[in-house]
Amino acid sequence: MDNEVLLKIEGLRIEGRSGDEWSEIVKGVDLTLRKGEVLGLIGESGAGKSTVGLAAMGFARDGCRISGGTIEFDGIDLRVTPEATRRDLRGKRIAYVAQSAAASFNPAHKLIDQYCEAPVMHGVMPRDQAERDAIDLYRRMQLPDPEEIGFRYPHQVSGGQLQRAMTAMAMACRPDLIIFDEPTTALDVTTQIEVLAAIRDVVRQFDTAAIYITHDLAVVAQAADRIKVLLRGEEVETAETYKMLEAPKEDYTKSLWAVRSFTREEQPPGEGTPVVSVRNVTAAYGMVNVLEDVSFDIHAGRTVAVVGESGSGKSTTARVITGLLPPKSGEVLFDGEPLPPALKGRSREQLRQCQMIYQMADTALNPKLTLRQLIGRPAQMYLGLDGTALEDRVRELLDLIELDPAVYIDRLPGELSGGQKQRIGIARALAAEPKLIICDEVTSALDQIVQEGILKLLNKLQEDFGLAYMFITHDLATVRAIADEVVVMQQGRVIEKGTKSEMFAPPHEPYTDLLLSSVPEMDPDWLTCLLEKRAAAGG
Amino acid sequence: MSFFLWVVLGLAVLFAVAAGLRAVARTTLTGSARTLANDMPLTAAFGILVILIYAFVAIATPVLAPFPEREIVGTQFEAWSAEHPLGTDRIGRDMLSRLIYGARNTVGIAFATTALAFIVGSVLGIWAALTGGWVDQILSRFVDALMAIPALIFSLLLLTIFGTSITALILVIASVDATRVYRLARAVAQGIVVMDYVEAAQLRGERSWYLIRREILPNAMAPLVAEFGLRFCFVFLAISSLSFLGLGIKPPTADWGSMVRDNATLITFGDVTPLLPAGCIALLTVAVNFVVDWQLYRASGLKE
Amino acid sequence: MILTRIAIGIGLLFIVSVVIFGATELLPGDLATQLLGQSATPETVAALREQLGLNDPAAMRYWNWLTGALSGDFGVSLANNRPISELISARLGNTLFLALYAAALAVPISLILGVLAALWRNTVFDRVANAGALSAISFPEFFVAYILILWLAQTGLFPSMVRINPTTTFVDRIYMSFLPALTLTLVVTAHMMRMTRAAIINLMASPYIEMARLKGMSPLRIVLRHALPNALAPIINVIALNLAYLITGVVVVEVVFVYPGLGQLMVDSVSNRDIAVVQAVALIFAAAYVALNLLADVLSTITNPRLMHRR
Repeated sequence: MDNEVLLKIEGLRIEGRSGDEWSEIVKGVDLTLRKGEVLGLIGESGAGKSTVGLAAMGFARDGCRISGGTIEFDGIDLRVTPEATRRDLRGKRIAYVAQSAAASFNPAHKLIDQYCEAPVMHGVMPRDQAERDAIDLYRRMQLPDPEEIGFRYPHQVSGGQLQRAMTAMAMACRPDLIIFDEPTTALDVTTQIEVLAAIRDVVRQFDTAAIYITHDLAVVAQAADRIKVLLRGEEVETAETYKMLEAPKEDYTKSLWAVRSFTREEQPPGEGTPVVSVRNVTAAYGMVNVLEDVSFDIHAGRTVAVVGESGSGKSTTARVITGLLPPKSGEVLFDGEPLPPALKGRSREQLRQCQMIYQMADTALNPKLTLRQLIGRPAQMYLGLDGTALEDRVRELLDLIELDPAVYIDRLPGELSGGQKQRIGIARALAAEPKLIICDEVTSALDQIVQEGILKLLNKLQEDFGLAYMFITHDLATVRAIADEVVVMQQGRVIEKGTKSEMFAPPHEPYTDLLLSSVPEMDPDWLTCLLEKRAAAGG
Repeated sequence: MSFFLWVVLGLAVLFAVAAGLRAVARTTLTGSARTLANDMPLTAAFGILVILIYAFVAIATPVLAPFPEREIVGTQFEAWSAEHPLGTDRIGRDMLSRLIYGARNTVGIAFATTALAFIVGSVLGIWAALTGGWVDQILSRFVDALMAIPALIFSLLLLTIFGTSITALILVIASVDATRVYRLARAVAQGIVVMDYVEAAQLRGERSWYLIRREILPNAMAPLVAEFGLRFCFVFLAISSLSFLGLGIKPPTADWGSMVRDNATLITFGDVTPLLPAGCIALLTVAVNFVVDWQLYRASGLKE
Repeated sequence: MILTRIAIGIGLLFIVSVVIFGATELLPGDLATQLLGQSATPETVAALREQLGLNDPAAMRYWNWLTGALSGDFGVSLANNRPISELISARLGNTLFLALYAAALAVPISLILGVLAALWRNTVFDRVANAGALSAISFPEFFVAYILILWLAQTGLFPSMVRINPTTTFVDRIYMSFLPALTLTLVVTAHMMRMTRAAIINLMASPYIEMARLKGMSPLRIVLRHALPNALAPIINVIALNLAYLITGVVVVEVVFVYPGLGQLMVDSVSNRDIAVVQAVALIFAAAYVALNLLADVLSTITNPRLMHRR
């Protein structure tokens, strides 16, 4: 009975509308899922993973339409069956867990009311039984205070907890199939682990089949029996998780590993006067201290990675260094000289020395200026270039970031891809000829292949110009690839700092340990081992 | 009733011409102008055509009008005839000529008022958003207090105090509407000021004037232009209403609002003539609104 | 939470009263001279100054005016020396009647049309309703009013002038005020319909509505149980905004139909430059406007669990 096919999709085609034209976004995908099996669906943004996931429920978002193929769920063709049948299946036999639980719970109703809706309306069980059942599931999902938490409104519950409550809600009718659409992407690494473990346990306990959609191979490896890789609406390859990890067949699949394979050799600790030196900085928004006694140095030609989860104070530290947030106490030295605390007090020369690259290249580049204006402005302003000298410099910078000046110089940012935009951000920083560049999560909004390109470029530029980098990130894989030294932050304090080799070898502070161990690894047994280890350590 | 048929026919012709011109634009234009023409709905094409016609009439007024604006050329309330195609008004001035002059007077005054309100409101609004702090607080609270009084009521209050001359009218309406423009400009600019590219420019050490000119204004243009259209409609309607109430532009200056008031008695006799100036007002506001609606739809459509 | 909002509302009302009173201080030169004109003798000017209390400091005059207004005493009209409260009292009732009448027609019609247009988005119905609403918004109120007169009053169906006296029965009132109420309804409905449509469309695009669809809920249940509770706040705001708009619209409509309301009084007083009456009427209109917005604010707070149930 284990091999009985639950879902069979053949030749699925889906079109999306832009303006008055329809274009194909899913181009003939096949998919087979057996009862109790978990299939990982991975791919980069725009690969059509979510669209395929929703199609498994016979559903297409507004502006999309299913234009070809068959979707057969337990012998029912979802494309031809009446809407009433589809509606009866949804929530009852096929359930959905959305990426952002905070947005997908209705803000007007309590969690448990939303839980009970599907079982009661589909006539699976009466309300009081559904409530008891909800509390039981909340407990299994290891939600705190399972008796009470259901009687709260969504805004009163944290993101990680909401995501688990949503999984519980999906389980309400004990469906045969659950679609998980990036359920842990929006969460911090330490929270991600908890949610991932809870999801995996519940799915196994009830022998539910699942489609697990994500862009993170390491995450899906923990939960899926099989993995299917999608690229631009087409299948690249499908294999058992073990096989896929050991021996990916296609070049594209291999390239998904690439960022992890790029590693820069660790440089010896810098000597002499550091380029920038943060000394005992305490800073506050209003009355609340967001940084407490933060100190670290960055030397020329070195990369210091500042890591921590959201709210740890990484970006605030950057704001103090750039002068956007004058500290309450402590100071920032640049080449040994104290910097005026506020932006307004700094000279143009001081501003030039320290440049910044942002996480979202989309919002960091003025959409109404051409690349010539964007990159040329710092050179014109700080170095007094104009006319042909400016033109030559802009072309030179475009060459440096590996974009053809002849093609791109008069383009607007809107005409570039995400990775290209980020390169423009780098060129703009370089144009000032700075000593220090602060990179704020510069790769985290990008697909993995593109990330690798950016990291390689940054590395090359560092070697060529002896730049110092402050590299803010939450992604430890990136740290491993590019850092010389690491500063770990939590709740506004520096927990630990040292060279990369020190940081990735025990012993650590407990929080560093938690952070390091929470990063999913490309090993299907990693989560199981980790949980066992933690359970053993916890007694 | 046949008059209404003529109106419907006239509108239908305008729509047909608009459709024709749009078709021509779609085949002859190239590049971004062509994409613009391609996604233009018929209503917007109609709106643009009507606005162009009004602009032409306003500019070519003396050539088009058969009689002078203020001269009494006939007897009271003459019927439509070959000499006076739309008859004469309460004291025997030519209706058609006054309608044509109205395009210059009413639209011109409304345009000047809107421009004034717009410049004052948007400059202050953007400045408040960029500067923040107490400048923003004081300006915004002041505007909040002014906006707690309905616009027409506040205008009436101010007109009582300053009298009902044309200058007073322009200044009063402009200052009342500037508060609304300020609100929008500030909100739009606040959305832009928090963007990383503005922060990047600030970190670079750019001055406020550069920030407003190069970073904020180009990105605020689309909503501000749409707002200009909407504001124009409001101002135009407000001035017409005040003139209609006898508190705005007054005879002998030809103005559509006061022309309705002047000749309203005819309506009780079933004569449609007094409705013509009101119809002129309505047609222009509809046209502007159609264009603005298209622009707003485009702006929101790009995000989806 | 609600108390703070009410306190803010009262504070706002206070500021509004200061603005309305203070506006007269903006007058270039002397109010009495302005009112009487250049030809006035110094004696008449002095007498008027005495009558207006212009010899007192501004703060004191404001205080007397405000306390008087709060107890229903707005002073006397400059035009005919009658107590303003007497002029206002009967007219206030008439204006309120007209506004409520129009609201009773406009609110249900526009909500239904708005929801239908949102549900049948991009259909012919939606496009026609939208273009129609956009046109109605663009018409001056007097244009709509005269078209209705031409169309409905010429045929003798409804009276084009409203004559109300104390003996008029309620049914007669409804009948006589039909055209002014219909004019206001047409103008306000267009606004309200468009805003309702936008609010609903905005809401139907949210992820929790998609979630409800993916839970297999019926379209009716999605609208009633998932969309409506969240749409309440925007819809309340739409209604309040438009009722407040009625206040402005009432002025023009009252003049067209010779309706004996506050708007008429205000327009007459503006032409006479009877500043005392204008101030009184402006204060009443502004108070109604602030109160409506306050009510909307409080109601949408109550219907929003995020504000009612803190973390």
